[in-house]
Amino acid sequence: MSAPSKKTLAKPGVKNIVLVDGVRTPFLQSGTTYADLMPHDLARAALQGLLNRTGLPKDAVDYIVYGTVIQEVKTSNVAREAALGAGFSDKTPAHTVTMACISSNQAMTTAVGLIAAGQCDAVVAGGVEFMSDVPIRHSRKMRKTMLSLNKAKTLGARLSLLGSIRLAHLSPELPAVAEFSTAETMGHSADRLAAAFGVSRLEQDEFALRSHTLAKKAQDGGMLSDVISFKVPGRDIVSKDNGIRPATMEQLAKLKPAFIKPHGTVTAANSSFLTDGASAVLIMSEEKALAMGYKPKAYLRDFVYVSQDPKDQLLLGPTYATPKVLEKSGLTLNDIDVFEFHEAFAGQIMANLKAMESDWFAQTYMGRKTKVGAPPMEKFNTWGGSLSLGHPFAATGCRLVTTVAHRLQKEGGQYGLVAACAAGGQGHAMVIEAYPQ
Amino acid sequence: MSPMTTGFWVKGHGQRSLSVSSAVLARTHVSYEVKDNVAVVRINDPTSKVNTLSRHMQAEMVEVMNEIWGNAAVKSAVLISRKPGCFIAGADINMIQACKTAEEVTSLSQEGQKIFDQVEKSPIPIVAAINGSCLGGGLEFAIACQYRIATKSKKTILGTPEVMLGLLPGAGGTQRLPKMVGLPAAFDMMLTGKNIRPDKAKKMGLVHQLVDPLGPGLKSPEERTIEYLEEVAVDFAKGLAGRKVTVEKKKGLVQKIQDFVMGLPPVRKQIYKTVHSKVMKQSKGLYPAPLKIIECIQTGIEKGNAAGYLTESQNFGKLAMTSESRALIGLYHGQVTCKKNHFGKPERDVKKLAVLGAGLMGAGIAQVTIDKGVATILKDTTEEGLARGHQQVYKGLNDKTKKKSLTTFERDGIMSLLSGQLDYRDFENADMVIEAVFEDLSIKHKVVKEVEAVIPPHCIFATNTSALPIKDIAAASKRPEKVIGMHYFSPVDKMQLLEIITTNKTSKDTTASAVAVGLKQGKVIIVVGDGPGFYTTRCLAPMLAEAVRALQEGVGPKKLDSLTTGFGFPVGAATLADEVGIDVAAHVAEDLGKAFGTRFGGGNVEVLKMMVQKGFKGRKSGKGCYVYGAKSKEKKVNSGAEDILKSFKLTAPPAVSADEDIQYRLVSRFVNEAVLCLQEGILPDPVQGDIGAVFGLGFPPCLGGPFRFVDSHGADKLVQKMKRFEEAYGNQFTPCQLLLDHAKDSSKRFHK
Repeated sequence: MSAPSKKTLAKPGVKNIVLVDGVRTPFLQSGTTYADLMPHDLARAALQGLLNRTGLPKDAVDYIVYGTVIQEVKTSNVAREAALGAGFSDKTPAHTVTMACISSNQAMTTAVGLIAAGQCDAVVAGGVEFMSDVPIRHSRKMRKTMLSLNKAKTLGARLSLLGSIRLAHLSPELPAVAEFSTAETMGHSADRLAAAFGVSRLEQDEFALRSHTLAKKAQDGGMLSDVISFKVPGRDIVSKDNGIRPATMEQLAKLKPAFIKPHGTVTAANSSFLTDGASAVLIMSEEKALAMGYKPKAYLRDFVYVSQDPKDQLLLGPTYATPKVLEKSGLTLNDIDVFEFHEAFAGQIMANLKAMESDWFAQTYMGRKTKVGAPPMEKFNTWGGSLSLGHPFAATGCRLVTTVAHRLQKEGGQYGLVAACAAGGQGHAMVIEAYPQ
Repeated sequence: MSPMTTGFWVKGHGQRSLSVSSAVLARTHVSYEVKDNVAVVRINDPTSKVNTLSRHMQAEMVEVMNEIWGNAAVKSAVLISRKPGCFIAGADINMIQACKTAEEVTSLSQEGQKIFDQVEKSPIPIVAAINGSCLGGGLEFAIACQYRIATKSKKTILGTPEVMLGLLPGAGGTQRLPKMVGLPAAFDMMLTGKNIRPDKAKKMGLVHQLVDPLGPGLKSPEERTIEYLEEVAVDFAKGLAGRKVTVEKKKGLVQKIQDFVMGLPPVRKQIYKTVHSKVMKQSKGLYPAPLKIIECIQTGIEKGNAAGYLTESQNFGKLAMTSESRALIGLYHGQVTCKKNHFGKPERDVKKLAVLGAGLMGAGIAQVTIDKGVATILKDTTEEGLARGHQQVYKGLNDKTKKKSLTTFERDGIMSLLSGQLDYRDFENADMVIEAVFEDLSIKHKVVKEVEAVIPPHCIFATNTSALPIKDIAAASKRPEKVIGMHYFSPVDKMQLLEIITTNKTSKDTTASAVAVGLKQGKVIIVVGDGPGFYTTRCLAPMLAEAVRALQEGVGPKKLDSLTTGFGFPVGAATLADEVGIDVAAHVAEDLGKAFGTRFGGGNVEVLKMMVQKGFKGRKSGKGCYVYGAKSKEKKVNSGAEDILKSFKLTAPPAVSADEDIQYRLVSRFVNEAVLCLQEGILPDPVQGDIGAVFGLGFPPCLGGPFRFVDSHGADKLVQKMKRFEEAYGNQFTPCQLLLDHAKDSSKRFHK
């Protein structure tokens, strides 16, 4: 480990904000044990788990911010519904944020903002994603007819409206993991991105295998201590992620491309899978945490959000965000001991690593003089990542931050870096500092 | 085995007798390398922005392919262009034009046929990797290959545009395409010359695979996309060589049924008949190429390959010698010239444009401007007018999303550049103002003064008038060097022409800037001198006056239309008057009548004025020469207009009233005025005269424009006809001096 260039990132006149603790439900492949729940049920489990883990008095929480991507229309402010169900005081306000795969990062930084501004002292942040059930809508034509039906006053008017329904009205609208602006699915974009950076199928399969192997090792070694057990109503107690499946390279090589056929390189095995899961963290001002007798896990320091072309640079968020946040903190890549990057696709990670290694890319597209450099693999996602642990869109951000805190504690490092890409061509990065042990 | 004994390529062209070794050293257009038993052949014409199948390119290609076929280690090949926007744009037109006889062109065609025949029979599979334009000879090359992969880039288009040059696909295209895409689709492609986008091409079976264009990576998107295309193509080439990829795809039920139906001779016969009659109806028999294309396809299918290829090469030779093909090729070259800025680079780019008047023209100008990413203010005086104009722009763009040439997000992004407003806010940041307000000098003067009070000193004031002299409008300006005419044609988003009018005070930089804006808007531009009606309106007015006279003489609107379309005008004279607007026509006729006197006489202006009085303003008012809005396809003549014509009835002099006479009365007045414009210096050259007439006024493209028409018809013959008309009608038919000069000396020609 290299010597840190600075001892601490504390700034005079700026409040120290700490991560007290973080938990998550096991991340399950969608359609498995969580299949009959609703999103707020999962969120509730995470929130309750956080209360149990920290022993936090419920009325000590000033505010709750929660992220979600695919919204269940019945619980559009899922933060509030989950908080009420988790037994938080009905006096604690809660709001929901959405920013695709960095929704819970947004929830956390919102919390940081509330505390930094002196408006709150203790905020719970988190995120939930529930892909086992997604809102499938009637077609626009059908919706229009049904809405008119509400307003129709006479029987005749109602019958004539009903009579206007045609077979075409009945075809439903399914949500797609596609950009609204370009109509391109994310997997397709990832495949093009991998091709643009010349990432081979082999490299992608190797990275996917690495993720699963490391996740398995972490799971078996008891590293994934953020996972709480969850008694699913009507089912068993779930206490483990169920998507970790180390395979052989031969098995991976057999799969056909999933998006660009027949010559693409992104397959089901080197992409993150549809996942159900929820996460939650407790964020406090350092003073408050200490006053309440907590031993914080980490400082949450500088963070940035970036955005770029949603068509050709959809998933390059980490490349843009990393140098920016490092500069803000006055650190270099060498100062970072722990990297946790969101793995949307193996091809996306490899493309980002290549972009970060390229002076040409930095100069041509980022307006920088030189590259920031790629993180060394021995520090990178060493407990697995979204490819293997799973990726419930809005829950992943908290997992990344909590994992950095845990790894810093385990490995004795000083600084950690979280980075993630998100739909819409956006991205995020945050520097996390170990809390003195 | 040596290349000679494999006997594949025809020996290069007669003119090349270089030895192989020196040719290798001299190779500049075609190169290749062998990667993993795949020969990657890369084409790049270093002398041009596009690749064409010039003699040079063909000769090098022959050498390279012979080497590849002679190399036992090569199991398959990939053909790819190194140019980002172009695979092969077609045959070299100059090579065809340089031929003196039909036989020469036929032998060119036969050489091409032989080359592609050998490509088709290649012992190793060849994959054409297509990025950018793949047109004409380029497509014929590609379809001779065993496999085709195209990028989905916006620049990738496939097509056979030869028909638009009065030619046909002369290197096997008429024979291979029907087999590949089926008879109906092949006819459609070759008879319309339309561009086919990659998605459609895949559906039609024209290409086998599509490759997505890539964004930024470790190289520029363009460069990396070509590399990626090559990588994918090399993989497929290996697959083909190893028989892991098959060329034939399974046919669906629809395809099987279609194949069965097309297998029945009576069905095919019916198709030939239908296509033939459709072509005759649309071309009036004035264009020989479509008919020859039908003949080639029919011969190939009904009489076999040998007969088909022979017919193709012979017809290609014949077509190349037709005046129609020369006219169309002339227009092609003219268009290329008129898409360049001959006035240099303007001192500053127009980054913000303001359009005054949200009417049909104003909104159209705004649409083509924002479409190219230039922020535009659209100002009107009333909210209703503004809303209408705004809706017109939106609809124009939205229609493109329906055709999928634009996404809804691109549409919204483009619309965000438009600022609709009723006041002069932000005019202080405008680099150019184009006014499209009502055609009235006093209103124009008022607008000039109002605008000059708010715009910055560098801002150019352009006026979109169709007849008012620019210098009269500029008279109200404090800075006439910044005043210029920009005459757009309606509908602005469809009509390609822009006529730019300079006064003797307009500065060169102002002109350069106006041309730059027009080019950005995608226009074909002619730059002409100032005067009443400039060039285009001035040519059209006498022809319309003659049309009114013919109507007064009892030639009905339908007959008049069929006479003019029968001469090659895309729109008949009566319909054209309705489209332009009877009120506009009356306005122009009166103005120009005052300026030019009896030469612009003929029909009585009162006819038009009376029609306007009765509300017959043309299509826009629902009634003109015809009645509009009825659902039936057949247009009905407006009986009200007929009554007016009756009350202004003239007796037709029998000596000059045969159908052909009426046609030449109309055309000769048009042509004479055009030549006079050149004589007077309004027009700088015949090329711009031809382009303006064809692209702005619909002068018959098969005649190539008024000047080419004089050359091909013979000035002397035209003058003879005009003299006959002059006797009957007077000075409207007096040939101008320049025309007389050409009539006297047959060696004088407008085009070399």
